[in-house]
Amino acid sequence: MENISRRTIVIALIFIFIGITFAIKLFILQVYDPSYKFSAANNTQKEIINFPARGLVYDRNGKLIVSNQADYDLMVVPRELKSMDSLDFCNALEISIEDLRQLFAGMRSRLRNRKISRIKPSVFYRQLSAKQYGYLQEKLYKYDGFFVQRRTLRKYEYPNAAHILGYISEVGASDIKKDDYYISGDYHGKNGIESTYENFLRGEKGYKYVLVDVHGREKGAFRDGQSDIPAKAGKDIKLTIDVDLQQYGEQLMQNKIGAIVALEPSTGEILSLVSAPHFDPSLLVGKKRAGNFAALNADTLKPLFNRAIMGRYPPGSTFKPLMGAIGLQEGVLTPETKYECNGGYWVGRFHQGCHAHYSPWDLRKAIANSCNAYFSQIFRSVIDQPKTSTVQDGFELWKNYLVNFGLGYKLGVDFSNEDRGFIPNSDYYDKWYNKSWSSLTVVSLAIGQGELGTTPIQMANMCAAIGNEGYYYTPHIIKEIESDTIPSKYKAKRATGIDKENFEPIKDGMEMAVWGDMGTAGLARIPDLTICGKTGTAQNPHGEDHSVFMAFAPKENPQIAIAVYVENGGYGSTWAAPIASLMVEKYLNKEVHSSRKWIEKRMLEGDLVHGSE
Amino acid sequence: MVQNNYNKKVDWVTIVIYAILVLFGWINIYAANYNPENPVFFDMGMEYAKQLIWISASMVLIWVIFMTDSKFYVAFSNILYGVAVFLLFSVIFLGKEINGAKSWFELGPIRFQPAELAKIATALTLARMMSRHDFTFKKFKNLASIIAIWALPVLCIFLQNDTGSALVFFVFILPFYREGLPGSILVFGLMGAIVSVLTLVYPPYSVLALIIVGALVALFVKTDKKITGIALMYGVGAFAIVLGLFYIVGLNLRWELFMLVGILAFSIVVLIKGFSKKIKAVVPIAIFMWGAVVFTFSSSYFVNDVLSEYQRNRVYVLLGFKDDPLGAGYNVNQSKIAIGSGGFSGKGYLQGTQTKFDFVPEQSTDFIFCTVGEEWGYLGTLTVVILFVFLMIRLIFLAEKQHSSFSRIYGYCVASIFFYHFTINIGMTIGLAPVIGIPLPFFSYGGSSLWGFTTLLFIFLKLDTNRSELIR
Ligand SMILES: [Zn+2]
Repeated sequence: MENISRRTIVIALIFIFIGITFAIKLFILQVYDPSYKFSAANNTQKEIINFPARGLVYDRNGKLIVSNQADYDLMVVPRELKSMDSLDFCNALEISIEDLRQLFAGMRSRLRNRKISRIKPSVFYRQLSAKQYGYLQEKLYKYDGFFVQRRTLRKYEYPNAAHILGYISEVGASDIKKDDYYISGDYHGKNGIESTYENFLRGEKGYKYVLVDVHGREKGAFRDGQSDIPAKAGKDIKLTIDVDLQQYGEQLMQNKIGAIVALEPSTGEILSLVSAPHFDPSLLVGKKRAGNFAALNADTLKPLFNRAIMGRYPPGSTFKPLMGAIGLQEGVLTPETKYECNGGYWVGRFHQGCHAHYSPWDLRKAIANSCNAYFSQIFRSVIDQPKTSTVQDGFELWKNYLVNFGLGYKLGVDFSNEDRGFIPNSDYYDKWYNKSWSSLTVVSLAIGQGELGTTPIQMANMCAAIGNEGYYYTPHIIKEIESDTIPSKYKAKRATGIDKENFEPIKDGMEMAVWGDMGTAGLARIPDLTICGKTGTAQNPHGEDHSVFMAFAPKENPQIAIAVYVENGGYGSTWAAPIASLMVEKYLNKEVHSSRKWIEKRMLEGDLVHGSE
Repeated sequence: MVQNNYNKKVDWVTIVIYAILVLFGWINIYAANYNPENPVFFDMGMEYAKQLIWISASMVLIWVIFMTDSKFYVAFSNILYGVAVFLLFSVIFLGKEINGAKSWFELGPIRFQPAELAKIATALTLARMMSRHDFTFKKFKNLASIIAIWALPVLCIFLQNDTGSALVFFVFILPFYREGLPGSILVFGLMGAIVSVLTLVYPPYSVLALIIVGALVALFVKTDKKITGIALMYGVGAFAIVLGLFYIVGLNLRWELFMLVGILAFSIVVLIKGFSKKIKAVVPIAIFMWGAVVFTFSSSYFVNDVLSEYQRNRVYVLLGFKDDPLGAGYNVNQSKIAIGSGGFSGKGYLQGTQTKFDFVPEQSTDFIFCTVGEEWGYLGTLTVVILFVFLMIRLIFLAEKQHSSFSRIYGYCVASIFFYHFTINIGMTIGLAPVIGIPLPFFSYGGSSLWGFTTLLFIFLKLDTNRSELIR
């Protein structure tokens, strides 16, 4: 070789220097430093998920309704499984060999169907008992591929409000696809507020990275926990319900079918929302959920069905105050206008019956005593006004008032499965009667019958709008969200299009319905309280009519508006009115007056489900 | 007979190293793509299959290169350079943006990065320029034209926002140094780069310590043991006394301040002793030392105190210390785990777990070395390091054998480019260098880079077959 210059040597030395530096660093990394030194069969770094506690749920008075309890799932990473002492494993889990075989068979079939991964953890056995957990934890090191994952389950402080709260269930494949926050085995809220406010309640999962040895035992934090992400607990929420009132409502409705919705008219806040029959929300927690859910689902009384927002009933006579208000607004009558009633409404051979009473009556008395003829007159006058040339136009005019009161469409409450009810439009009758129909054809709508369908919450809201004299706020169940605001739509006032003064005679009539000599709702009288109400009897083609009552109190600046439906309860005055009045009394006076204890007793003990014979 | 003769002239050792690297690279790309969840022996859609096609194409490329006359590379270097710069310039406007850099042309299934061509063309053109018999760095005209040739592609690549590829060109300082660039520029260049990177990664006191070591080495070489020893004694003494005083008083100040006192004492002693013994070298050493100290503090001050959090992050991202939403160094972290988990002898071929399942991003391209580390262990990584160092040294020694200075300079350029990629790529996977996404020669998946490196290397091997001739 020729004479090699010094500069060539320098360059070669630079190359060698970097080479040696790498050799040393690699030696440290691969051979010397124990934090990276692991056997070939092992994962060096393990991700541990910390599931956050779900947000707590409080009632409007700050009483805790829903909290959390610890729960442990046995997880498996199929790839890491080794042969093991299955008898000992069964003893720890307190299951039989056959059960274990089933569990493994299930795991293998899920693997085959690609529902779970070989390399990622999935649930092997849900919800270990405290005893199982304690026993297993000590032995877990012997079973490669298994570990225990801590999660939280819901804990319900009251056996009430199941329909409001909803429940928690495991996410399905479609949920995971929709939202990549979830991984297989996660829980999410289903139904009720758990579902509506899932994104607030769920919090954020945390991740901890640890170094593990061959046996899967933790050997300390990876990089001193620098890469860890702490879990963020879910946000607490406060509901608008009064849990004591809710509980009382569910007690009053026991052994009955129906619904109660109570609102605060000045805000639209739902004070109580009862669907009967009800069930204990704890039934749908944890391991027993699947069995209980199947049983509830099979129950012929449909306890899972939330009648308060999904049940569609004809409004019956409770519709009359609204008819009166529409008539006044359209100027087709004054409060002093009187109509004859001879046992009903007669036009030629057409007859719509009424109970026997003196006549003629003015508007107030007609409301108080529920005269069918009176409101049939108003209804026809509104539709057949000179300013509307066709019956279709007149009908649409009338219908739009109902829509303005929140009927016929979803109100937009914070429940996902709200029913919209049904208000027919003129097209509907055009099709039905081949365009030849008149106000008389559909006059049964005037008294809340015919094709009309309304939900209890729509009726309560309508009643609140009357109590407010012309406006309402969209009913809602959320009062506060921790460090966040509730949706703005619940703060927006919605007008009904009827002037304030037109409500005065309506409210008088509703007051007289309770307090008048011949009023229909005498059982709703509460001492020293100006409660205004209206009974109704919803026709039921399948059996005994439904008992309906709506009310608000006090008359000026009402604090509560309520609608009660008792299926097969007969007259509104028999069941719905006393139950509604007890709810109002309980909410406003905190206790039931001694003179009304007998009513309370009768309502609590009443059984409309199990049949007299 | 002619064929036989030719075989003797070709440097088979280099070709064997090349073949080993390419083959080993492919084996690891296969492993990085291998999915134990769904073990398929061979899938034409996978990266390893495509890489196999590109390797085959490289064979053709090599044949073409060997068939071409050596004179061609000299004669056409300027044209090639012109084409490369033109492509570099047009890719800024017409290129496809990948990972934030607009540096690729895309023609149907074929992707091409003009920077690969630019490396080869610039190396050839620089070699031609510097091989002129009257070339010297002392002439301003020569220096200016060298800088111009060098700066044009660098500028274009910076404009493409492809910092990693642009920095490659700085490594030409090595062939410049070989051809007579003053050594001090090399030293200053290297130190500047090292110090500025280190200040951003490590606390200032560790950089100060490095500067002190540098000064001690320089003193030892340029003066004598005695001065070095005395100066060190005073320096350490001053450091210890000040530290002790503050400890007794109970004041806790930053380490750097005590070290500054030590450096001050050290440099004063060096200067006094140097002047009394009439050793001129002490002046540049002191100046260099204080220059480095000031540079360290000012860059540290600038980054930590002048820049806003947002700007600071931008600097880190630019330098590659921060590159993804999971926080600074996620890639490096994952890649270190993967390499570290390989242990001494590795987990065994296809047995890796960290380099699959997307723990390590860019597994088969920029982070292919992780697969080597995990599955082949220290034995595998050390082999790769040795092979590369051997290849680079082999290349410069081959270069020294060239009769034609064009071939020699080009050889140095080739070795230096490999050196840059080797240093940055492996350095990045083991956390010693910033995360700059550049491939490991012959290893990383991708046709563009494989062909680029193959061409680079084999042009030199072709020139080497005419080593005793004067090529012009
Ligand atoms: Zn009547």
